Amino acid sequence: MRIEDVKVCVLYIEGTNCEEESYWSFKRLGASSEKVHLKQLIGSDVNEDEKRNLLDYDIVMIPGGFSSGDYVRAGAILGARVKSSLVIELVEFGKEGRPILGICNGFQVLVELGLLPAFNGFMSPVPQVALATNDSAKYECRPSLLKHENHGNCVFTKNLPKEKVILVPVAHTEGKFVLPQSKEQEMLRKMEEMDMIVFKYVDPEGNYAGYPWNPNGSLENIAGICNAEGNIFGMMPHPERVFYQYQHPDWTRKSARKDGDGKVIFESVLEYVTKTF
Amino acid sequence: MTTAQVQIHLKKGVADPEGGNTLKALELLGFDSAVDVKSARLFEISLDEDDPDKAKQIVEEMCRKLLANPVIHDYTISLK
Repeated sequence: MRIEDVKVCVLYIEGTNCEEESYWSFKRLGASSEKVHLKQLIGSDVNEDEKRNLLDYDIVMIPGGFSSGDYVRAGAILGARVKSSLVIELVEFGKEGRPILGICNGFQVLVELGLLPAFNGFMSPVPQVALATNDSAKYECRPSLLKHENHGNCVFTKNLPKEKVILVPVAHTEGKFVLPQSKEQEMLRKMEEMDMIVFKYVDPEGNYAGYPWNPNGSLENIAGICNAEGNIFGMMPHPERVFYQYQHPDWTRKSARKDGDGKVIFESVLEYVTKTF
Repeated sequence: MTTAQVQIHLKKGVADPEGGNTLKALELLGFDSAVDVKSARLFEISLDEDDPDKAKQIVEEMCRKLLANPVIHDYTISLK
């Protein structure tokens, strides 16, 4: 498949607020990107020419923000809306190996939907992990350092060397990765065995450090995970906000290169799609 | 018609930073006798269902499907 033929659906509803950067992150790399409102996919309250079919796309991205006001829990309402109206198409989409990306609020939605981590089967009926309130109890909005932990399973980080540290900003209040206490060690082991851990928060020396380097108190410093198949990926930090080097806080000191640290996520998945389909 | 009050609270052992910060603020305001604060969320749901058993069953399903995340939350339901 040629890159210009790769169709990307950037899903939005009321309250999402990163769809523009997300749209451009794919568009700037040559893909055919489109911002699609959930109602366009469901086919309700829209004109005939505005209707879209999820299965016509090659990549789905759920961007960050505060979908439906983060009411009940971050991502819970959008998760419920997708579950009630699009679940058959979404599961078919994912089972075919087509990539699904959730950034920040999008990650929370994938967790609420049961698509991540999805230990038994492709989608769990109830969430198996939680993205709980940050230990600091406040909105953490600043750069974070992420170490790449994946061994090659995740299609979104294939072009990123293992153990490479990248700078990607966080902006969330509910991002603390939590597993059920009674199964914590068992589930962690499973995630490691199945190569589901993708990013961990680190300090400038690359160590798994506490606050402020781990901005939310996540278990084992986990910042991003993928499913067992590697095609569904969620992360709390925002790679679309560091597409260019000049979006980094130190860009005046390190202006020799043009690329920001987040660009590799979008490059990797587009390369995967063009080579696979 | 039945009214259900659903309280969603954090499981024992799950960190409650909202409760902790509220306690700190209360202490700053001079409420020295406050020793612990636990945060919770309350939903009051009106149901077109008169059978209390059925109403409870429906609300439990609501908790499982939307109102609570079983990883970190417990819930209690009381019917009026």
